[in-house]
Amino acid sequence: MSKIAYETETNATLLAPYKSSKTLGTRIGYGILYFILGVIAIVQVYPLVWLFLFSLKTNQEVFGMSPFAFPQDPQWGNYVKAWTAGHIDVYFFNSVIYTVVAVLITVILASFVTFAITRMYWKLSGLVLGLFMAGYMIPLHSTLIPLFNIFKSVNLIDNPISIILSYVAFNLPITIMILTGFYRTIPREIEEAAVMDGCSVHRIFFQITLPMTVPVLSTTVIINMIYNWNEFVFVNTFLSSDKWKTITVGVNNFVGQYLTDWGAIGATLMISIIPVLIAYFLLSDRIVEGIAAGSVKG
Amino acid sequence: MKGVMSNKFVITLYVLPALILILLLIYIPIVLTGYYGLMDWNGIGKMKFIGLENYIELVQDKKFWQSTWHSLLLGIFSTVSLVGYLVLSLILASKIKGANFLRKIYLIPMLLSSVAIGQLWAKIFDPTNGMINRLLVMLGVDNPPLWLADSNIVLYALFIPIVWQYAGFYIIIFYAALKNVPEELIEAAKIDGANPIQIAYKIKIPLISGVIKVMVILAIVGSLKYFDLIFVLTGGGPNGASEVMASYMYREAFSKYNFGYGSAIGFGLLVICLIMTWLIQKLLTSKEDVQF
Repeated sequence: MSKIAYETETNATLLAPYKSSKTLGTRIGYGILYFILGVIAIVQVYPLVWLFLFSLKTNQEVFGMSPFAFPQDPQWGNYVKAWTAGHIDVYFFNSVIYTVVAVLITVILASFVTFAITRMYWKLSGLVLGLFMAGYMIPLHSTLIPLFNIFKSVNLIDNPISIILSYVAFNLPITIMILTGFYRTIPREIEEAAVMDGCSVHRIFFQITLPMTVPVLSTTVIINMIYNWNEFVFVNTFLSSDKWKTITVGVNNFVGQYLTDWGAIGATLMISIIPVLIAYFLLSDRIVEGIAAGSVKG
Repeated sequence: MKGVMSNKFVITLYVLPALILILLLIYIPIVLTGYYGLMDWNGIGKMKFIGLENYIELVQDKKFWQSTWHSLLLGIFSTVSLVGYLVLSLILASKIKGANFLRKIYLIPMLLSSVAIGQLWAKIFDPTNGMINRLLVMLGVDNPPLWLADSNIVLYALFIPIVWQYAGFYIIIFYAALKNVPEELIEAAKIDGANPIQIAYKIKIPLISGVIKVMVILAIVGSLKYFDLIFVLTGGGPNGASEVMASYMYREAFSKYNFGYGSAIGFGLLVICLIMTWLIQKLLTSKEDVQF
């Protein structure tokens, strides 16, 4: 699978010379095609524009005026209200911490495993790789009750450690899958030369191999960040105190409490999605590549 | 060479932490789910062994099979919609200007949490103030549907945000696979006078059949696991009309405290997922897989 991702799609422009011989018919055809593609683009984006618009409206405006109108007097106060009244500040901070810690552990552990499997020689490497790969086929909900019980028995319920451990375990398969694809493409010569020079395995891993994998590491970091930031079930099941909850669960609770205050709900939703949108705006190429590489996880 | 690189101690050190984590948090729990299914247990008190009672109940439980059917139905919808995504990807991957920009736009919803998508669509579907019904009223529709509150259409309504969320994902994958098809083959076919539809049908699609197969598995097995969006949007309602396997399991365990029966449902979910994966693979590998 992952091979696909590393083939960049720059050749689209190389094929341009074909359209010099366009007839009127093909032009109309292209026109219809672009119209359809454009409509789909609008459908994909407009709900978010609509969300932004109503996040700045008063209830009177939402209920009384056209849903497509711009807010008359933008209610930025909705954002202040969401940020303070809904504990969104706490949730936001928790989300950042859990996401960062879990991503770091996942990527480091996955790199160790991938190195040992693709670079070192041992009998059970195929079996162990299979165990990691098969992990992504397991439906999370089939593990939920036993996980709850295991964490309860070691006093990790309502403790962020349970969340971080779960994120790491459930993201290891996809991370290892992406890394394995990349490790298999890097040549072994440098490492072999290092062995000849008497380098230790640890030095080879940390000083030679790991630095070579930085491009794919950044891809896995982004994929992991998106999954962790958006995760819902673990937090909703294992954490009960408001002080520990993440923004995804916090938003859900907040909306449940403020059912009728559309402006505040809209503002809360906007706050929860803005970081992801900013990340996408800055790193869209890497994210698209990462998703193509991580296609096996839905 | 092999000496240093087959150091048992280092291998253990590198592999063990991650291995322990997935054994402890993924593999042991799925075995335990099956085991807990043999118990009468409220999650807090002591477990009482009741043999196969929960599983016998599960097999006869109409609600469970109804939720399984809903999950499968979503899987079928998702599989059918793959055709649309494939057509769009074929268009985007065939020298369309702005294809790169468009597929990035299409992907945006995929990046949002299912909770945010659920809450947003709860507003979009709102019968009086939602975007869809306000638009329908403007267009002169007198009695617009109640969407999520109507048990006859709720499952179809739910599928709209699902398509909205995942369309970009499938398009990205198909697009990447299509860009991998060797250009020489397409050029050769063109010289032989093949039209774009023939090229797509006879060359491109067979060449990416491996990817298509994986996507069919993903669409169906992914649908069997749907939870977040449905939990947020309808909670399985109205009256169980949008209940899926995962939401049924969650309600039994974490709302009704039937942890024993909930575990049995969880085990049923696992078994059905594995059977479906095996079945689809079996059905789709009869055709020859083309490698490139």
